[in-house]
Amino acid sequence: MAKTLPKTDVVVVGVGWGGGIIGAELGKQGLKVVGLERGKERGVKDYYVVHDELRYAIRYELMQDLSKETLTFRNVAKERALPMRQLGSFLLGEGLGGSGVHWNGHTFRFLPYDFEIKTETEKKYGKNKIRDLGLDIQDWGITYDELEPYYDTFEKVAGIGGEDNHFQGKRSNPYPNKPMKETPITGKFKKAAKDMGLHPFSMPSANMTEAYENPYGAKMAACQYCGYCERFGCEYGAKADPTVAVIPYARSTGNFELRTHSNVTEILHDGKKATGVRYVDVQTKEEFIQPAEIVVVTSYVMNNNRLLLQSKLGKPYDPKTGSGIIGKNYCYQILPGVTGFFDEQFNTFMGAGSLGMTVDDYNGDNFDHSDLNFIHGGSISLNQTGKRPIQTNYVPDGTPSWGKEFKEKSTHYFTRTLDLATEGASMPTRNNYMDLDPTYKDAFGNPLLRMTYDFTAQDRNLYSYTQKMMGNIMKEMGAKEVYARGVSEHYDIVPYQSTHNTGGVIMGAEPGTSAVNNYSQMWDAENVFVIGASSFPHNSGYNPTGTVGALAYRAAEGIIKYSKNGGMLA
Amino acid sequence: MAETPNNSENMSRRKFLRNSGYVAGGLIGGGIIGGLLGANLNDDDNDKTAKTDTNAAHSSNQAPIYFTNPEQFAVLKAAVERIYPKDDNGPGAVDLGVPFFIDHQLAGSYGNNTREYMQGPFFPGSDFQGYQTPLLRHEAFDVGLAGLQSYSQQKYKKNFAELEGEQQDEVLKAFEEKKVKLKAVTSSTFFNLLRAATLEGVYADPVYAGNTNMDGWKMKGFPGHQMSYLDKIDSKEFQKIKPNSLHA
Ligand SMILES: Cc1cc2nc3c(=O)[nH]c(=O)nc-3n(C[C@H](O)[C@H](O)[C@H](O)COP(=O)(O)OP(=O)(O)OC[C@H]3O[C@@H](n4cnc5c(N)ncnc54)[C@H](O)[C@@H]3O)c2cc1C
Ligand code: SF4
Repeated sequence: MAKTLPKTDVVVVGVGWGGGIIGAELGKQGLKVVGLERGKERGVKDYYVVHDELRYAIRYELMQDLSKETLTFRNVAKERALPMRQLGSFLLGEGLGGSGVHWNGHTFRFLPYDFEIKTETEKKYGKNKIRDLGLDIQDWGITYDELEPYYDTFEKVAGIGGEDNHFQGKRSNPYPNKPMKETPITGKFKKAAKDMGLHPFSMPSANMTEAYENPYGAKMAACQYCGYCERFGCEYGAKADPTVAVIPYARSTGNFELRTHSNVTEILHDGKKATGVRYVDVQTKEEFIQPAEIVVVTSYVMNNNRLLLQSKLGKPYDPKTGSGIIGKNYCYQILPGVTGFFDEQFNTFMGAGSLGMTVDDYNGDNFDHSDLNFIHGGSISLNQTGKRPIQTNYVPDGTPSWGKEFKEKSTHYFTRTLDLATEGASMPTRNNYMDLDPTYKDAFGNPLLRMTYDFTAQDRNLYSYTQKMMGNIMKEMGAKEVYARGVSEHYDIVPYQSTHNTGGVIMGAEPGTSAVNNYSQMWDAENVFVIGASSFPHNSGYNPTGTVGALAYRAAEGIIKYSKNGGMLA
Repeated sequence: MAETPNNSENMSRRKFLRNSGYVAGGLIGGGIIGGLLGANLNDDDNDKTAKTDTNAAHSSNQAPIYFTNPEQFAVLKAAVERIYPKDDNGPGAVDLGVPFFIDHQLAGSYGNNTREYMQGPFFPGSDFQGYQTPLLRHEAFDVGLAGLQSYSQQKYKKNFAELEGEQQDEVLKAFEEKKVKLKAVTSSTFFNLLRAATLEGVYADPVYAGNTNMDGWKMKGFPGHQMSYLDKIDSKEFQKIKPNSLHA
């Protein structure tokens, strides 16, 4: 029998960026918040031996333990979904700070176009374009200008270093920190892009470009360009990470109680409103009920969807009829890449998560799509994260993947290859969605989330177009040979692509086409707020977390209002 | 391994923080202090002993803790050496300790898939659904290595380890191309595991028993674990830096 605990004002499910921001902002306002995190407590002090590629980057030390929980996957509905038995395509977070501990820190704002994508696309290209491409896009129920102040807040909290970008939406303030250093590698990209008439800018970075103190009083040291950033925690506290930037403040308010090893299995509700959550202490196996006035779900895209479906909250999406919402519009990221081979040697092993140069000339609607068979595009970047030897084994096309020649070439080119990648936008279609798996269960006996996802014609066209543009830049950079990664025949769950999963609990202006309003408040249960990239109706041509952070700040404002007056906020 | 500790390159965290003026000059994140307090793992005074101990540790970890059968181990050794052979640039997988790296990995969490979803039911799955064998990795290695042996016997009437290099390559290629039938795992899945584990052993920190003498890193010009590149990141020259391992 589950033990019922004393009621709290707010219970938060999952403590990464989303949960940490909510804890900090509500705690500041005097609301009593209980933060439930399924993983363990961790922080900068735990990264004493973190420069270990095998342990952190290959064996995924900081990521989700799939023996307890995973998801199942198939490309299309007529296939049998099978469990994702090992991490691969995306690396789910677990433990205090979530994926915000081991992210790179590329911190973009989406384009004004993204928020009004349907209206803008129809206005410019007519209604047929969207229909012909079979896209389920919709406006977000919020404009860029309305979200701008929250982007500004998140950037200050995360100490983002950056510079103006020709295509950006209006900014109320400059970046709080200066841009990352320019290196011979990023400089090469900048020069080539400029010579081609493009508009390169320094990638907005959550690696501190200078020692920084955020509005919560969190002190972050300057980035050391150590080359062990993505997939690693930062031993210097130089990367904006929830355990550094927001959670200490949340705790200092005295109003945020963190309970780690607490896995939420259900959101309890009476059909109209939530009454609390059920969770299991994964160490003692005890079950608890935590009653609350307000439930905030910040457990990342996968569990935001799964918990709602399992708790029978909101209307599940049905791909056959197109009705229902939860699970709808699952999107990902389209990731073309090119590798250039050079004779000259570079310090490729030095770098930082967000050390990079980007162009937005082929992103959003920054270029004309009249004669193109896709919409949107992607940001193209050279990202000097620091190459590491297990993961980096580039060889020219036609070289075997093992043996003498492979050894010779892969060691030679380790410091003589540069690559470019596009963060390509991903558009929703009717057949890409999430629901509950009928067969496979987690460690608690609950059904796993089932993902049905494949690339579409839109994706392939966007892929080959941006691929070609990157090839041009790489040639201009002087590569003697350019290798272009081909698009996989179908989406493949194995090779790492990105942890930029989105959708399923999408936002919008009205309940018929969305699950949450622009405060991330559920239409079907006004005291439930579901925050994260799960609310993106499509995924843009950038990394998601800047927008997740902005939406979390807006939600925090809404929750505070709601705690006083109740009712729907929008 | 006759490297003498070099103060500028084999800096402990404590020295780094002190020497760089990093603590004195800038803001200190909580973790820096935490790092200092926790530095007894690698204290200044212990640096020298740690260094010598390390060498000893490295040789003592060159013994199997998973494999029990010399013939099976010989197959592994021969196979990894074909995947990453000794050449003019430097040692191959065997001299780098890769067979022991793999052995140790198979004995632990990796070999037993402890952090992976291993509940049934099991189905083969499409080419896009990833690892679907019911075998744990150590079992997949057992099956795969036995398969290399029996395939060699069948084709050349010899043990795998006794074949000519080109013949061994032929055998490995057949596995890579999924042409050999194994129990409960495809030969290509096994081959991919073997290839990946070999490269891991070549390039992982020497603490895991491979990458002996950091020679894997040296062949790539990779300096391993360095505290900071802040003062070198914008340098136009290629930086040849003596590598550091985690326990250096
Ligand atoms: C390797 C990597 C690199 C990345 N790089 C970038 C980048 O450069 N730029 C960018 O914008 N984004 C990047 N991302 C994505 C970014 O990390 C995420 O967008 C962001 O961290 C999401 O924050 P979140 O709070 O929504 O979710 P998470 O950080 O995933 O936090 C969710 C938390 O909820 C917990 N949880 C889940 N289920 C339960 C449950 N049932 N009960 C209790 N707790 C639960 C989890 O353990 C986790 O701690 C990267 C991700 C990865 C993995
Ligand atoms: S690159 Fe910078 S921010 Fe990233 S882990 Fe290293 S020091 Fe920290």
